[in-house]
Amino acid sequence: MNIAVLSGKGGTGKTTVSLNLALALKSNYIDCDVEEPNGFLFLKPKIDKTEKVMVEYPLINDNKCTSCGDCVDACQFNALAKVNKDIILFQKLCHGCGTCEIVCKYEAITYKKRETGKIESGKIRDINCSRGILNIGEPMAVPIIRQLLKNLSGDYNLIDCPPGTSCNVVNALKYAEAAILVTEPSEFGLHDLKMAVELVKMYKIPFGIVINKDDGKDNIVKKYCRNEEIKIIGIIPYSKATAILYSKGEILYDEMHHKIIFDKISKEVLLWN
Amino acid sequence: MELVILSGKGGTGKTTIVAALAELAKDVIRVDCDVDAPNLYMFYKGKDIEKNGFIGGKKAVINESLCIKCGKCEAVCKFSAIKNFKVNLFDCEGCGACSLVCPQNAIKLTSEKTADTFITKLDKGIISRAEMEIGSDGSGKLVMQLRKNSEKFNDNDKLTLIDGSPGIGCSVIASITGSDAVLVVTEPTKSGLGDLIRVVTLCEHFGVFTMVCINKYDINEEVTSEIENFVNGKGMKLVGKIPYDDTVMKSINELKPITCYKESIAEKAIEDMWSNIKKLCKIDKII
Repeated sequence: MNIAVLSGKGGTGKTTVSLNLALALKSNYIDCDVEEPNGFLFLKPKIDKTEKVMVEYPLINDNKCTSCGDCVDACQFNALAKVNKDIILFQKLCHGCGTCEIVCKYEAITYKKRETGKIESGKIRDINCSRGILNIGEPMAVPIIRQLLKNLSGDYNLIDCPPGTSCNVVNALKYAEAAILVTEPSEFGLHDLKMAVELVKMYKIPFGIVINKDDGKDNIVKKYCRNEEIKIIGIIPYSKATAILYSKGEILYDEMHHKIIFDKISKEVLLWN
Repeated sequence: MELVILSGKGGTGKTTIVAALAELAKDVIRVDCDVDAPNLYMFYKGKDIEKNGFIGGKKAVINESLCIKCGKCEAVCKFSAIKNFKVNLFDCEGCGACSLVCPQNAIKLTSEKTADTFITKLDKGIISRAEMEIGSDGSGKLVMQLRKNSEKFNDNDKLTLIDGSPGIGCSVIASITGSDAVLVVTEPTKSGLGDLIRVVTLCEHFGVFTMVCINKYDINEEVTSEIENFVNGKGMKLVGKIPYDDTVMKSINELKPITCYKESIAEKAIEDMWSNIKKLCKIDKII
């Protein structure tokens, strides 16, 4: 079962929940937040495999190109432009869709590949970990996320998603059979949680909420969940000790008090299967 | 002058700091470019004075009455967005390859509205912001549009404060391209430091003047000094060190900028940071 961990708002504790739950379930951990992948800072797996993520881009053969401009007109991403009598490519805007090659009447376009990121995988404490890393300066995270998630195997995969509710998250959720939404009891946390709930509902998959940095009160998130009949599958109380452990890059699951919390969440998760 | 507030890692305090700096700077233009988690406007009771639909991209639409189910569209689509002669709108990137190979001319690209953009008038000044359709793409383009929408309100070369997105991808690149300066808000955690390094490298790549502040610096003074070493090593300026303060959470939940709480120690540190930024960016001349 693939379980996506998402949040809407950044910094609510997606990575904390994903990797500790992966340890509790002895499942695979996949860090899909490829712009800022942080899970490995905590798990510190021994990396035994690295693969490149390559995307295609067009190469224009100047001998064949007549600068007719059909490719420029066809490109929906403004990745090609006609400057004087030359066709120039803005590599980073190119989606590698192949449209320019289709419209070229002179067979002047072929495709080459370039690297935009990589995927690393390794093992720690008997769990398989993998992560995608977007090269700095590259705008498009989606090809990395796709390559990272297309061959998932194993009983349980915990997918640590990027923040937000747009294309990066959509591409991660596509592979999910259940979702955990991590939030914090603040006005900002609730506002962004509502967006994430709306997104997850489109997929018609089971989901539950984990409240991180909880204040122990009947707060706005708990009231919202009650009104919307969304199950709260875990509560991580706010404590300075937890914040310090996190800041050092230590694993909460190694500490008895937190282990109990994550083992309890893992029991809720197993009910989905 | 456009000052962009970034963080790399989410949840380090970008929005809190943008709201505070906007109060301290008084006459500013606010742009909320964190279109995935647009929280800045929540601090204000403004009135929307402009609303426009935003076309973020296109999607392929198959006219079933013309389709002869030849499958050429499915074969050509690089995004596996067509299955059983139906387009999956979440996967379609709107490239139009399918419409070009269709022998029946049954596929058209249609513009897709992905957001509403707003100009919201506040007690003082405006905020340019968006409400995105859930699950849509093209946030980089939307960010460019929000910056552009704010321009006409900037009559007197005012300061524009941009609340950016987490990460280093398209929406962050769209918010720093052509801007004048970046303030990175980080926190003293291993994740905060790792993400700071990535976002600073991105800013260098684009040649933008970059400053750094450490929020909640006293949570882990050891990592704070690691961050300070990194910042100094890069020859960048550390403009602020803001202590952990429960009043910040209180201010968020009361939806008031932290500058409304004059007793707050975080507020005092932000005031000091603002005078550092003013000196470094020579902002006094603008305001």
